[in-house]
Amino acid sequence: MESVFTKCEECGQPIYEKDLRARFNVCPNCEHHYPLSAPERVRLLLDAGTFEEVGAGMEAGDPLGFEGYAERLEKARKKTGLDDAVVSGVGRIGGRPVAFAAMDFRFIGGSMGSVVGEKVALTIETAREGDLPLVIVPASGGARMFEGVYSLMQMAKTSVALARFENGSQPFVSVLTDPTFGGVTASFATAADVILAEPGARIGFAGRRVIEDTTKERLPEGFQTAEFQREHGMVDRIVHRLALKGDLERLLGFVA
Amino acid sequence: MILDFERPVKELEERIGELRRLAGESGELRAEISQLEEALDAAKRRIYLNLTPYQRVQVARHPERPNFRAYRDALADDFYELSGDRLYGDDPAVQGGFARIGGRNVILLGHDKGTDVKSRVKGNFGMAHPEGYRKVQRLYELAGRFGLPIVALVDTPGAFAGREAEERGQAWAISGDLMALARAPVPVVSVVIGEGGSGGALAMCVADYVGMLENSYLAVIAPEACASIIFRDASRAAEAAEAMKLTARDLKGHAIIDEVLPEPLGGAHNAPESAVDAVGEALERVLSGLEDVEPKALLQARYERYRRMGNHTAEFPA
Repeated sequence: MESVFTKCEECGQPIYEKDLRARFNVCPNCEHHYPLSAPERVRLLLDAGTFEEVGAGMEAGDPLGFEGYAERLEKARKKTGLDDAVVSGVGRIGGRPVAFAAMDFRFIGGSMGSVVGEKVALTIETAREGDLPLVIVPASGGARMFEGVYSLMQMAKTSVALARFENGSQPFVSVLTDPTFGGVTASFATAADVILAEPGARIGFAGRRVIEDTTKERLPEGFQTAEFQREHGMVDRIVHRLALKGDLERLLGFVA
Repeated sequence: MILDFERPVKELEERIGELRRLAGESGELRAEISQLEEALDAAKRRIYLNLTPYQRVQVARHPERPNFRAYRDALADDFYELSGDRLYGDDPAVQGGFARIGGRNVILLGHDKGTDVKSRVKGNFGMAHPEGYRKVQRLYELAGRFGLPIVALVDTPGAFAGREAEERGQAWAISGDLMALARAPVPVVSVVIGEGGSGGALAMCVADYVGMLENSYLAVIAPEACASIIFRDASRAAEAAEAMKLTARDLKGHAIIDEVLPEPLGGAHNAPESAVDAVGEALERVLSGLEDVEPKALLQARYERYRRMGNHTAEFPA
């Protein structure tokens, strides 16, 4: 079991899967950051044993009766063991209580439907009611098309919840991970007081292919990476995944 | 421009015109003409009362459909345009400023699709860049500062997807508008007059009232793009439009919007003044209804309205 090799898509070097897992999906050779599941994100960032889930068991409806959606949901639930594309709750970072949500790209591309919107809103409200810092880790291809305009309205829902949170004095920290696009980037993910991003994460509104198809322009190397976004003033800091917990502790020490 | 499904109507109209010319002042051909007029009326009803969702999308995109400029000119007694985002530039894809509508001072803004090739291209067909959304945010904040209601007319295929838009933070700019609307301590009244394309549309309709003209649409993604992603076949756009429930009537049924505003038979482009009147009447009624509502109550109601939207198993806790 422990001798299972995989080849790094980035550097081409063989790596032990065990080593990759031990480093939370960061290549030991080239430091490439692979997507990380929401439960692993909880394990990475929250103090061991402190996480209490909020909104567990909430499942998506199929408001439009969209062809194939019920099957896609069922498949995604089986594959990930999750209810939907986000895990939310409360926990501690360096002993400090926080409201926390992490998205999971494996669940229909981390797309935002009603459950993601609702759980993110619940997390924001948990922070507001408990006077806690809010930490959200997005990972999303964008809207959940199967839910049509219900999906679009989750951008509005999370915004009205955040507008209330802002009346308090606790910080909202967003940690953008690979990939974060579309309706998630265009709503709560970028409405934070401080925006961190993982190295190399692709972050934007429209995807690279969509832009190339629309404008027939060849996009430069490194377009929409975390580094690109920091250079353009959109992201505060780029933080290595294995340093992220320590970085959040430091940050919360200033503002929480 | 004539849409495919409108062809029978246009052909009948042409034949009636032809016969009228032939008959001149003579009063001949009266029977033939009135027969054709009956046929025309029947064809119009058959076609326009049974538009499929995708046909409505095509009506919403019709180049002769009245757009922001038509409503501005007809409904605003004075329009004092403001420009620029104070950061980068001015985006002609959105237009806004102070306006007086029915004797009321408001901030009026909307996507500007232009009226001819030159202005359409200049306004990027209503697809705004970040500086457009940031201009809009400025206007929202001015409205709050001066206690002016916000009137937003939505008509966009979507936010522009391009290199420069990304470099200047398209997502950040849209998010800024959503937050500004969520905070605006004044009435926010939105009407979708044509296309309601995704986040670029939502940036103008997190509101206390959202009305939609009968043939406008509001969707999370263009039906063509939805078909190509979900069905892996862009030619199945009509099917995607049907599945997405993007028409005004569908969205009213799902309690996403407040009201469907009537269009003349055949769509707003067939009788622009009638669509303008319907929007004008709604604005007057809604603005007067919101006039005396306290900012706190407005924000509370707006919060509750959007906080409820969704479809999932667990209930929003009381």
